[in-house]
Amino acid sequence: MIINGVTIDATFAEAFPMKATRAIITAQNEKWAMIAAQTMTGFATSVIACGCEAGIERVLNPDETPDGRAGVSVLIFAMGGKGLAKQLETRAGQCVLTAPTTALFAGIDSDIQIPLGKNLRYFGDGFQIAKKITGKRYWRIPVMDGEFLTEATTGQVSAVGGGNFLVLAKSQPQALAACEAAIEAMRKMPNVIMPFPGGVVRSGSKVGSKYKTLGASTNDAFCPTLKGATKTDLSPNIESVMEIVIDGLTKEDIDNAMRVGIQAVCDLGAAEGIERISAGNYGGKLGPFHFHLQEIMA
Amino acid sequence: MSALIFTLKTQPTQRVDMSPLVCQTLQGLSIADITALELQSGKRKFRVDELFTIDGSDAQNIVIKNSMDKLDFIGKELDGGTITVEGDAGAYLGMGIKKGEIKVSGNAGLYAACEMKNGYLEVSGNVGDFLGAALAGNKMGMKGGIILVKGNAGQRVGDHLRRGLILIEGNAGDYCGSRMTAGTIAVMGNTGRYLGYAMRRGTLLLWNAPQLSASFNDCGAHTLAFLPILFNSFKALNSKFADASVSFNRVQRYAGDMAEIGQGEVLVKL
Repeated sequence: MIINGVTIDATFAEAFPMKATRAIITAQNEKWAMIAAQTMTGFATSVIACGCEAGIERVLNPDETPDGRAGVSVLIFAMGGKGLAKQLETRAGQCVLTAPTTALFAGIDSDIQIPLGKNLRYFGDGFQIAKKITGKRYWRIPVMDGEFLTEATTGQVSAVGGGNFLVLAKSQPQALAACEAAIEAMRKMPNVIMPFPGGVVRSGSKVGSKYKTLGASTNDAFCPTLKGATKTDLSPNIESVMEIVIDGLTKEDIDNAMRVGIQAVCDLGAAEGIERISAGNYGGKLGPFHFHLQEIMA
Repeated sequence: MSALIFTLKTQPTQRVDMSPLVCQTLQGLSIADITALELQSGKRKFRVDELFTIDGSDAQNIVIKNSMDKLDFIGKELDGGTITVEGDAGAYLGMGIKKGEIKVSGNAGLYAACEMKNGYLEVSGNVGDFLGAALAGNKMGMKGGIILVKGNAGQRVGDHLRRGLILIEGNAGDYCGSRMTAGTIAVMGNTGRYLGYAMRRGTLLLWNAPQLSASFNDCGAHTLAFLPILFNSFKALNSKFADASVSFNRVQRYAGDMAEIGQGEVLVKL
């Protein structure tokens, strides 16, 4: 398949099941809601070493938030419910509770509830106040700038992590420009995050390493400087490869995000130095969710 | 299916225990069975059809017409369904409601919604003392649900309140919120003496400055984030509380009762 001169490889991205939640952070203004959200979702690029993958889903208008203030919704993904709960609580406690003027709310309904502010309340040292409003429990925790309001719990849902595609370009600036265009388009899609810095990964990995202690190592088949030194997947004219990783609440959400992202890259096309779109997979052994590029773009 | 309507056809001289006439008890009974039920009144028992004419059949939607203040225990321990009272209700209206809805077009007597567990009670007129309170000697009052009073309430509103929401559009009498353990009482009118007497936790939300005891300490003026959410939850109510113009988030906060554990609060609109 070729779109605007860009070859779409006959391959698939391989993703795996995760647990996810959404939290809504509000503040006096968008600036402080965003600061809290960026802090909460920092150092959350990969479950390999961060414990979770997290990102900002979108900015919310005041009429979309529970308390009528400016807000930001964040999505957090982890390999299991326990890990998710731990990460959520730690990040809420250190990054949102501490951020001036913020409040924290559940952003997703589910039968499975995990603590949001339920345990943060103990920071109130006995002065915390519970309020149950229309079936939801809130905690009011006295803090130095006034009161930190947080919902007690949020929902935990099954989700999909690790959707991805690779952008293969003639130069590094062209690869980056294409990825930036893809991220801009994908950030408009609901229920997904691209957890890596700016949404783009330059160090895609393969499973395993020559070093026994490492579970993953550089994806040498896609490293342009190793074209002559390893079993490469790159043609001679490809000088740079970047990857976009997508976590989504459902497979369809990732399908949609990949479609608009790949389309944005293809819109730049061969004229802008984009050669191929490929994807990372592990022969179908890693996860049950397979995103076939050509099917998505059909 | 039309509502099951009980129309009071005689004025009983003694108080009548209406507790058998709740939705869950009447569900599945024939009209003949219902008319044969007995209601205690003083030392006598009346068949239902001695006091009421009965129409309709939907036991999940009961209407009591020509109601008067001698009809006690209306909707006692209601566990789903709706009861509409046209006229006044006696004492212990909606005592211990678990689920469902009771609406009264007139006034209600003592101990309305006492020890209520959940559900919704609306009184268009006034209510007597001990609204949402614990029964005498008991330690737990209302534990959940919403009470809306469009008129005034008597003394001891929410005595021993444990959880839930009491909304009063008019005035509340003395000892409003006494011995509260938690929950919220909102009063748009005036409140009487000894507001929040011995309250431990919970919130008294007031539109007008109260006469506070010395055991309530001023914590200053604050903008509280939970108030917009609380007011937002009133929007579905058929009440002045649903009007956005009455909402506020700026309050003077008083902590008390310091003679107790002092974790309650009186919030007064600024």
